[in-house]
Amino acid sequence: MNGLVDGIIRALRATGGALFLLAAAAWECRLAPLHLPKILVQMTEIGAATLPITVMISLFIGGVLSLQTGSTLANYGIQGTLGGIVGVSMVKELGPVMTAILLTGRVGSAMAAEIGAMSVYQEIDALVTMNISPVRFLVMPRLLSTVVVLPVLVIYSDVIGWIGGGIVSAVNHRINIPFRLFMRNLTDTVEFNDVTNGLIKAMVFGVIIATTCCYVGLQTAGGPREVGQSVTKAVVASFILILIFDYVVTRILFL
Amino acid sequence: MGLFGSHRSASDRTAGARYHESTPVGIEIRGLRKQYGGKPVLDGVELSVPPGQTLVIIGGSGQGKSVLLRHIIGLAAPDDGTILVGGLPSTDPAMRERYRVAMIFQSSALFNSMTVGENVGLWLVEHRVFQTRREVDAVVEERLAMVGLEGTTGLMPAALSGGMKKRVAIARALAMNPDLILYDEPTSELDPLVSDTISKVIVDLKTRLRLTSLVVSHDLRLAFAIADRIAMIHEGRIIADGSPDAILANPNPILQRFIARQHPGRHNARAQEDVL
Repeated sequence: MNGLVDGIIRALRATGGALFLLAAAAWECRLAPLHLPKILVQMTEIGAATLPITVMISLFIGGVLSLQTGSTLANYGIQGTLGGIVGVSMVKELGPVMTAILLTGRVGSAMAAEIGAMSVYQEIDALVTMNISPVRFLVMPRLLSTVVVLPVLVIYSDVIGWIGGGIVSAVNHRINIPFRLFMRNLTDTVEFNDVTNGLIKAMVFGVIIATTCCYVGLQTAGGPREVGQSVTKAVVASFILILIFDYVVTRILFL
Repeated sequence: MGLFGSHRSASDRTAGARYHESTPVGIEIRGLRKQYGGKPVLDGVELSVPPGQTLVIIGGSGQGKSVLLRHIIGLAAPDDGTILVGGLPSTDPAMRERYRVAMIFQSSALFNSMTVGENVGLWLVEHRVFQTRREVDAVVEERLAMVGLEGTTGLMPAALSGGMKKRVAIARALAMNPDLILYDEPTSELDPLVSDTISKVIVDLKTRLRLTSLVVSHDLRLAFAIADRIAMIHEGRIIADGSPDAILANPNPILQRFIARQHPGRHNARAQEDVL
């Protein structure tokens, strides 16, 4: 029982700390134009690290979605609606969530590791003694970059997923929907709002990833072992929060 | 005030305007207490350092030296007692706004993702002290030359030896043109030759710049080479305080045992006999 209470207290404390960090980083965003080079470097690193794997995974997600859904629809002879189903599924759910999960694994873990190592090796203390805000120097550029880059990656993911779905629907003999028809049904079904709402979701996920990973990194104390533990903690917490907020944002935006 | 607020913070403007002026500041510590996990680490520390003086705090491992330094620079808050740096509480952000306090960490704490030049120039760039990159580069080169590391601006910290990292950390502190400089074990994990080089750098800076310096070390060679005054901390309390000669003559048995272990021949033999 005591362990449960301690766990709840720790979780509440961490939530408060992370929200405080988010507020401080958001306040520092007013100085973003002065730190543009740092932000651009972060954006390039995040984009370059995640884009190739996003493209590859999205192609296969679109393909699998098309294969599974198309086969079932074919049983009822309504496979002509496949383009719309794949299109809406990608923009509303799979694009934002899968890209956010990829970004957490690829970039969030690196953020937690880098900032965690900086905490352990007194680099954060060195910043404080130089009267340089660690939030402005480390967290703000990562937060802004993630919030901007994740929606861009989601756009890539959506489009590549559609293409993957279209290819599978065209080459699979059971579905047998030409690529052009697949895309026509997709463009008829997917509305502009679906896309923008998916991008809003991606921005929320970007805030979650950057805040969680930076917060866990900044809380790291000890040595290399604790840095490793922080990376695991940051990634797991981000995954859980992404899935919880996926429901919350979907409830607010789509329903 | 622009569209996105002030381009420079108050401290940036202060840093820029008075960069070339350095005013040594004094430190006053009264009744400082700190516990970690119920164990007292600092137990009523009383200490004062006048402006321009070099004080070396000696003591064994785990006696509270580094914790004391972290309190002075405001990285830790006391449970009880006061620490005034230039008359301002060390934990007050106004202290860091008004005075430039630099610290050389035991681990050097260089930013591994930046070059030596970027490390040394970081404070200048972040506080927008100069208008042009060329001015920053000139100060970086000058400070590196002061510690004998000319031409290393493009190197990464990973390519440096332990002694070179310490000297880069000193150059980074000097680039702030500090009012107060704190050294945490500047010669730890270095061989005697490199330790002597670091000692020479610190003595040279002390002679040239007349900064208020506080050095925490268990290295008596360093302490006697650089100190105007030496204090010994033991179990969280200052048990001896005075000039290097006064410290050698001090009969405190704990102090004499510490000196005898590290510096055979320099300790007070009579006091040592008392201990034994």
